[in-house]
Amino acid sequence: MAFSINEHCVNCWACLPLCPSAAISANLDGRARFAIDLRKCTECDGAHAEPQCAAICPIEGAILDAAGAALNPPGSLTGIPPHRLAEAMAEIQAR
Amino acid sequence: MELKVLDQGPSAAKAPSVKEPSAGGGCGQSACGSSADAMAHLPPHIRDKVRNHPCYSEQAHHYYARMHVAVAPACNIQCHYCNRKYDCANESRPGVVSELLTPDQAVRKVLAVAATIPQMSVLGIAGPGDPLANPERTFETFRQLTEKAPDIKLCVSTNGLALPEQVDALCRHNIDHVTITINCVDPDIGAQIHPWVFWKNRRVRGVKGAKILIEQQQKGLEMLVARGVLVKVNSVMIPGVNDAHLAEVSKVVKAKGAFLHNVMPLIAEAEHGTFYGVMGQRGPRAEELAALQDACAGDMNMMRHCRQCRADAVGLLGQDRGAEFTLDRIAEMDIDPEAAMATRARVHAQIEAHRQDKAAEAAAAHPLDDLPAGLRPVLMAVATKGQGVVNQHFGHAREFLVYEASPRGVRFMGHRKADPYCGGDDTCGDGESALDITLRALAGCEAVLCAKVGIAPWERLEAAGIMPNGEHAMEPIEDAVAQVYREMHAAGALDNNPDWMTA
Ligand code: SF4
Ligand code: SF4
Repeated sequence: MAFSINEHCVNCWACLPLCPSAAISANLDGRARFAIDLRKCTECDGAHAEPQCAAICPIEGAILDAAGAALNPPGSLTGIPPHRLAEAMAEIQAR
Repeated sequence: MELKVLDQGPSAAKAPSVKEPSAGGGCGQSACGSSADAMAHLPPHIRDKVRNHPCYSEQAHHYYARMHVAVAPACNIQCHYCNRKYDCANESRPGVVSELLTPDQAVRKVLAVAATIPQMSVLGIAGPGDPLANPERTFETFRQLTEKAPDIKLCVSTNGLALPEQVDALCRHNIDHVTITINCVDPDIGAQIHPWVFWKNRRVRGVKGAKILIEQQQKGLEMLVARGVLVKVNSVMIPGVNDAHLAEVSKVVKAKGAFLHNVMPLIAEAEHGTFYGVMGQRGPRAEELAALQDACAGDMNMMRHCRQCRADAVGLLGQDRGAEFTLDRIAEMDIDPEAAMATRARVHAQIEAHRQDKAAEAAAAHPLDDLPAGLRPVLMAVATKGQGVVNQHFGHAREFLVYEASPRGVRFMGHRKADPYCGGDDTCGDGESALDITLRALAGCEAVLCAKVGIAPWERLEAAGIMPNGEHAMEPIEDAVAQVYREMHAAGALDNNPDWMTA
């Protein structure tokens, strides 16, 4: 039972102080982003109604559940429908 | 007719992505000086506090520098004009930052900058997240600076969500200026700007989240005012979302004691990756912004020289010398904080002396007290691009400064907005009606001083009882106004009341 942080993390520090299990650290394994120690993460069970890292993380897709699914899927935080974002990015790249 | 090219004023030379709320920049007023300072109406104790604060005093921003340090990465809300992924050195928007600093690094940077740029007077923490969502980092930076550079003023800029719980800490660290970004006082509007807030260990979305944010902002504002901390309110103007609502915001925050309200334009481009950028939300046009600023102004001070700095900006407003102070470069600098503080004290004293000279010069340069004391006062409009001189073409003036001349002297009364009736576009064919607007804006003035004026407007002005005068081009405004007043007296024009006074 543990969450993980992937390469989309922007190192904003928001999750780190909230973790009730002190499972989050910066630069774990020398990687230039935040990481969750899967031996320590409790998914906030018994401590908070919402897993804290996922509840504050501003980046969609950066935090994954034990099955590898994004806790904040595309569009869920910014409100930008994924197809609109894809269109805009394609349009910018075509310039 | 010489009304060809629309003069963009000093702002045309600014860095491309730095937007200014008002076309023409902050320097439209007489010498940006003495009588014309927008701070004039403030109570003396507040004026003292903001005297050398470049972000608050229109006058000070010509002399003093400020810097922001990026020590606060975390945020506790989402705004639709912000993209937390964005981080680019070429981008010059609020909230954008390239290099995150630890408090120790930030303090080193501040000391380095303050030693190199002795005009430094203010250090702000504004992000890239929210300073109060990172209280340890923010307050550790302030604590060290109060110790090592006590002459530097400290300020924070916050979204307000965590403000009530941090008011005590702010007061303890001697922060006397706080900026709160308040885009609305209505949760339904708030939900269209702030999709969620992180509150009491939950992500709260939509109207519920916006309601919490608004409550905390208002509570924080009241608490700060109660403790005598200066509060400025920033609002982002988002056409179709909160533009019609911001006059109400202005009224509310003013009633609660905010000393300044700064309406800034939304900056939204698809490449910023923000909700508004991607969804095609437009920013306000300059005239929409100016009209809203006027509507919000009332008797409250509006800030028109804000440059919407990056969260790690360094230097005078409109200038960013951040690249000179990267961590690598700072590491090579040899800094003596005490010597630097002494230098700052010297430089600031020189600046103040210079400002006082200017004020004294302005007061002494045009005595009118040899005229009969009973002469009636006269209002005159002046077209100027800045530097305190009459230097703008009548047809290019977007605003006029209005001065009152009387035997007691010349004093600045305020600005009048007027859309330029010639935008350099020969096809508009609409010159007359726009000139009408200008004439209305100048109602009550008996003369208009400008660098030049075309023949057609000359005739219309004369017919309206406003004497056009292009004879004082490049002269200091107060001198020119005094001179014209003398001439009017000599010509017997002051013996009668003008039509508009007797009508
Ligand atoms: S889910 Fe909870 S316990 Fe696990 S890393 Fe996130 S905050 Fe820590
Ligand atoms: S909140 Fe998200 S983006 Fe920020 S450090 Fe944690 S995982 Fe990374």
